[in-house]
Amino acid sequence: MAEEVILLDFWASMFGMRTRIALEEKKVKFDYREQDLWNKGSLLLEMNPIHKKIPVLIHNGKPVCESLIQVEYIDETWPGENPFLPSDPYQRAHAKFWADFIDKKVNVTARRIWAIKGEEKEASKELIDIFKTLEAELGDKHYFGGETFGYVDIALIGFYSWFGVYNKFGNMRIETECPTLTAWAQRCLKRESVAKTLPESEKVTTFISQRLGVE
Amino acid sequence: MTLRYSHNSDRLTWRGEAKTSPIRSRTKKRMELVSSFIRIRPRMADEVILLDFWPSPFGVRARIALREKGVEFEYREENLRDKSPLLLQMNPVHKKIPVLIHNGKPVCESMNVVQYIDEVWSDKKNPLLPSDPYQRAQARFWVDFIDTKVYEPADKIWSTKGEVQEKAKKEYIEALKILESELGNKPYFGGDNFGFIDIAMTGYYMWFEASEKCGNFSIEPECPTLMASAKRCLQRDSVVNSVPDPEKIVEFAFKIRKIYCV
Repeated sequence: MAEEVILLDFWASMFGMRTRIALEEKKVKFDYREQDLWNKGSLLLEMNPIHKKIPVLIHNGKPVCESLIQVEYIDETWPGENPFLPSDPYQRAHAKFWADFIDKKVNVTARRIWAIKGEEKEASKELIDIFKTLEAELGDKHYFGGETFGYVDIALIGFYSWFGVYNKFGNMRIETECPTLTAWAQRCLKRESVAKTLPESEKVTTFISQRLGVE
Repeated sequence: MTLRYSHNSDRLTWRGEAKTSPIRSRTKKRMELVSSFIRIRPRMADEVILLDFWPSPFGVRARIALREKGVEFEYREENLRDKSPLLLQMNPVHKKIPVLIHNGKPVCESMNVVQYIDEVWSDKKNPLLPSDPYQRAQARFWVDFIDTKVYEPADKIWSTKGEVQEKAKKEYIEALKILESELGNKPYFGGDNFGFIDIAMTGYYMWFEASEKCGNFSIEPECPTLMASAKRCLQRDSVVNSVPDPEKIVEFAFKIRKIYCV
């Protein structure tokens, strides 16, 4: 029986991008279905009744929710080439720690830059600190996983398409403050899965500016 | 060619140039094979230390997982107002417990620790996560739900009062009802076997009495099936040996309330 893989997603979501990249890395054919987050479809509400959020991966009719859980599910279901997580338990725990750090710290802080008036200065400084912590973890490795593109890279790369938003509303230039991270992002963008998935930063910036009624 | 111990890789490695000869290269190959199986450690194999804090609903998860697997470990109580240099060294990013230190290497974040324990001691009885990828994804989903939708209101029940606390009680019961619906008729979230989700919830089960007393409400009438599963979990050997006396948790909870709840 053929595999049926559907992804309910939103083009600008840095979380949805994780799942798209993971599926592309494994060369899994999937049906991408763009969702209107301001008028959620019945399939989304049926498949994720708890959180009602994207992305939702539907594999042969069964839903998997939460982006990092989806990435791990994709890695386990289509093991083949490019394992996202190492096989050694300690290295796996290490990767999961950093993905959890990204989940706990990056979006919560970054969102304050553009979504909450008056917090942009403080939130920008905190975001740079967070990125510098990640830079220290990356070190001089090619990717967070070492030589191979993996779980932590997938967890973080989507945020690169939002750098324009953070730079604009935070009045800063992340690329100057965090050159190592920027170089890493450029390396990731050379991968077909990432190039195909990440929207142009300008497109995201225009979208957020329009939503906020700003030039 | 000599065999030397490398501190960096904790292995025996060859140092020096081998003169080319078939006999020497066969010997070299044999020694490489042997050295790849030898680990020289300064201490006995499998040193397991847990940095923890006795009433922590997160720390208890690690304790339970270790005991489910029958792993011997050294429990070290941390004073969270005066964190030890070891804790700060082993978890410099978050500076939080629990931290599992396995042969000198730290693993942080409670459910990460539980998964690590399950993978390292996979030859022992009681797999904590299912083997099927879809079931594993479901288990991880529910633990993520617990750590967001149960944790946030629970924390407010313990540390606030008035309207804020009332709202938190409502959200807490709603979250527990959702979990109860997921539990269904099963004895445990894991089905017949105590597993990943049950371990995550036991931290909250052990705080049920304290939550009820802080919030002046009762959980059992709202979630009888979940309470029955909670009692089952609290009777397991690994849990009995890990969970503090509920009276002590109530006492601790009220001490915390005095500080945060003026």
